[in-house]
Amino acid sequence: MNFPYRPEQASNFAMDYDALFFTISALTAIFTLMVMVLCIWLISKYKRGKDADRSNPVHHNTMIELVWSLISLVLGMGIFTWGSKIFIEMRQPPANAMEIFVVGKRWMWHIQHANGIRENNELHVPVGQPVKLTMISQDVIHAFYIPQFRVQYHVVPGRYTMLWFTATKAGKYNLFCSMHCGTQHSEMGGYVYAMERPDWQRWLASGGNRYKPVPETMVAAGEQLYKDFSCSNCHKDVDDMRAPSLNGLFGRKRTFNDGTSMIADQEYIRQSLLNPGLNVVKGYNVTMQPYTFSEEQILAIGEYLRTKGTATSEAAQSVNPAVINTAIPAGNAGGNR
Amino acid sequence: MIQEATKPQVFSDTEGHAEKNYLNAGHTLASWLLTKDHKRIAVMYLISVSIFFLVGSIAAMMIRLELTSPRGTLMSSETYNKTFTAHGVVMIFLFLIVAIPGVFGNFLIPLMIGARDLAFPRLNLASLYAFWIGGIMATIALLSGGVDTGWTFYTPMSSMYSNGNVTLTLVGAFIIGFSSIFTGVNFIATIHKMRAPGMTWWRMPLYVWSHYSTSVIILLGTPVVAITLLLVVVERVLHIGIFSPELGGDPVLFQHMFWFYSHPAVYIMILPAMGVISEVMSCFSRNKVFGYQMVAMSSMGIAALGFVVWGHHMFIASQSMYQGIVFSLLSFLVAIPSAIKVFNWTLTMYKGSVWLASPMVYALGFIGLFTLGGLTGLYLACVGTDVHLTATYFVVAHFHYVMVGGTLLAFLAALHFWWPKMFGRMYPEAIAKWNAVVVFIGFNVTFLPQFVVGYMGMPRRYHFYYFAPEFQIYHVMSTLGSSVLAFGLIMPAFYLTKSLISGPKAPANPWGAKGLEWEACTSPPDKHNFHGIPVVVGDVYDYNAEEEELRLKGLAPQMVTKDDKVKFI
Ligand code: HEM
Ligand SMILES: [Cu+2]
Repeated sequence: MNFPYRPEQASNFAMDYDALFFTISALTAIFTLMVMVLCIWLISKYKRGKDADRSNPVHHNTMIELVWSLISLVLGMGIFTWGSKIFIEMRQPPANAMEIFVVGKRWMWHIQHANGIRENNELHVPVGQPVKLTMISQDVIHAFYIPQFRVQYHVVPGRYTMLWFTATKAGKYNLFCSMHCGTQHSEMGGYVYAMERPDWQRWLASGGNRYKPVPETMVAAGEQLYKDFSCSNCHKDVDDMRAPSLNGLFGRKRTFNDGTSMIADQEYIRQSLLNPGLNVVKGYNVTMQPYTFSEEQILAIGEYLRTKGTATSEAAQSVNPAVINTAIPAGNAGGNR
Repeated sequence: MIQEATKPQVFSDTEGHAEKNYLNAGHTLASWLLTKDHKRIAVMYLISVSIFFLVGSIAAMMIRLELTSPRGTLMSSETYNKTFTAHGVVMIFLFLIVAIPGVFGNFLIPLMIGARDLAFPRLNLASLYAFWIGGIMATIALLSGGVDTGWTFYTPMSSMYSNGNVTLTLVGAFIIGFSSIFTGVNFIATIHKMRAPGMTWWRMPLYVWSHYSTSVIILLGTPVVAITLLLVVVERVLHIGIFSPELGGDPVLFQHMFWFYSHPAVYIMILPAMGVISEVMSCFSRNKVFGYQMVAMSSMGIAALGFVVWGHHMFIASQSMYQGIVFSLLSFLVAIPSAIKVFNWTLTMYKGSVWLASPMVYALGFIGLFTLGGLTGLYLACVGTDVHLTATYFVVAHFHYVMVGGTLLAFLAALHFWWPKMFGRMYPEAIAKWNAVVVFIGFNVTFLPQFVVGYMGMPRRYHFYYFAPEFQIYHVMSTLGSSVLAFGLIMPAFYLTKSLISGPKAPANPWGAKGLEWEACTSPPDKHNFHGIPVVVGDVYDYNAEEEELRLKGLAPQMVTKDDKVKFI
């Protein structure tokens, strides 16, 4: 019989993570043993009916208690600092990360690559390439969990969350939904395939899989929606009386009628589509009515707006390397390490 | 009479054994159901929580059996989800939060501080009724239609998506909240106002201190969760947007409000248990608790700090990175008072006279399991390591170590320690002692494997795991362990019940313990607890191990009898 005790180490975080994990485990073992040995020693020494020196019992010793607390404090702060360092790294994706979109719904994962490839309950990523997942749920809270990568994060309805990693080893890994989401929660998962870059490129070139939709890329899909819903009837190439222009919107600071402001990002675009009245750009009235797009459509429109009004391909490439699927420089493997 | 080294004192005559006591003060059903006697209320709590514990345990065994196979074979996923929800709700709201305060808090606080009853006897009875009403509502809801949200009731699933009996369960939990609040108010008022002459704050047993800090948490935290649960009901029934983004609400807000109570609630569950351990360690070491004041103050420290660490349940729930780091830091700080306590209990045996009677064996089990439970809390308090472990079996193992290994073992220690006081009968000591060892072993076999399988990535609340068959070996071990544990937990029901009928009668103080409940009242206590108002003259836990040893050998006079020792007005 074999007793595996550790998930494979298949991402940039795994080694660091395990080093800390085993350090805490060592401390846990030492302290537990210490308490046990102390207990057993005291019991055997001072067992009832056994001769021992019981004179002048000690009922407190502030010094010893302080020292004990201080040792715990110092060790605790050490672990805290180390763990926070790992966490800070986990929460800050490198600038060259390839972006992939994830929509969770009961009970499946829907994955959307910028180049238009879609997958369900599977995620294909190249080894050595930092990957950033932008995730949202269409119903309840889910969580995206890849144990072999040591990454996990909630996927929440109504807001985008982020998770990133660099796969370091080709292989097939578990993908779990780890936030209880209802009847088939335990089956809301699949596999993550980390592939060597040439294999991954071949996978891409073959169209990934049969879920590839008609408009080729997410940008194209977004542009199609933009046309279908005639957004440009109001949003012209320059600001006018009726509505502000959306050219070059992405990443710009927007100031609103109530004096507040926000950087225009995916979250802002999502909110403006679903609830246009919430933040109205300074100088305008709300004439736009709420739309009911699916999360996938919103993501596509966001990708389109990211490029709109810029020299499309270059800008797109600088923002999201995955848009041009073969253009990822092969030399930057390993993320920010 | 010279006490044997290994046996509690048992009297064949009725010395110290009250003929007239609270148990036989009235025999009608009404004399129980309408009683205002804190001791009778405690007994009714004992019966109720035991029944709820049985219900929760049956659900647990169903879960464990189902998990031996990666595909499950006994039930559908829907039933599985309803089963673990029932297990969680019953164990948390109907057993852990209530058990020690309801049974031993009620029974002992007046006895320990020398009062005739709690400050508000009617409120005390009301708390029992609130517990019954809420508990029965919740149980009916869980057993009839069922609820599949888990005991945490995360929104928007609980408010918009789940179609089980969520509303009824939440209303039940809301009512149980009142039961808690009534008890908390009562304990605080009693401890402030009803201490006997001479019972100063620093002469109070640590058990009373632990209930004092617990009651503070109850009063500050319970109203928040009560409102939160009610808001879920409001959204569910009236569709007023609070937590659901579809209605303009914020789903994560629920988690903040829920954990603001539910983190402190873990201390509601453990602090009274810690109080029990202080009493037992002291009595069976014949020593004052090491660092008595420090232990009392660390309870208060835990109560205060416990309110500022709730975010450690939400490290990956989309709170900001900085929030995560601050909550992590604070969580490390709250671990220190617990570390102090473990250290102090252990040192209590130093230069003591250690008597391995059954309550002591349970208490030593507590120390071992709570140490591991607390230390594994560090993996989870450390934000970097929590990312991978949260929502896996690692967390499941952690909280079972503190809640079963901690609270439940303390409950058993308390039950064995005060059983002779409550019912005036002795149980078979040897069986009880070995049973504690069975519980300890069964527990470890059940829950140690869960740390490993959690680290390997087994998510909690999973019905199937056929996509990771390497998890199975650990699940099988866990299920085997749980049957040993189940055996160990059923045993006391038999031998304790049997002792009521045929057990030898217990004297007032079979363990030779210190404290008003042992030294100033009979077993079982009189209806009015004391024959006068006791006056406390000595220090708390004034054991003397050296003298005790001499007495064992017959070289020192026997202990002074209660009349010389305790004065009454
Ligand atoms: C020594 C101090 C302790 C520390 C540092 C600690 C730390 C933690 C942390 C950080 C979590 C969150 C894990 C997560 O959700 O990812 C957690 C979970 C939990 N802890 Fe502790 N803990 C301690 C003691 C206790 C005690 C005394 C109890 C109960 C008697 C307890 C019961 C729980 C429960 C029930 C959960 C899981 C809640 C859930 O998600 O269902 N813990 N603990
Ligand atoms: Cu899910």
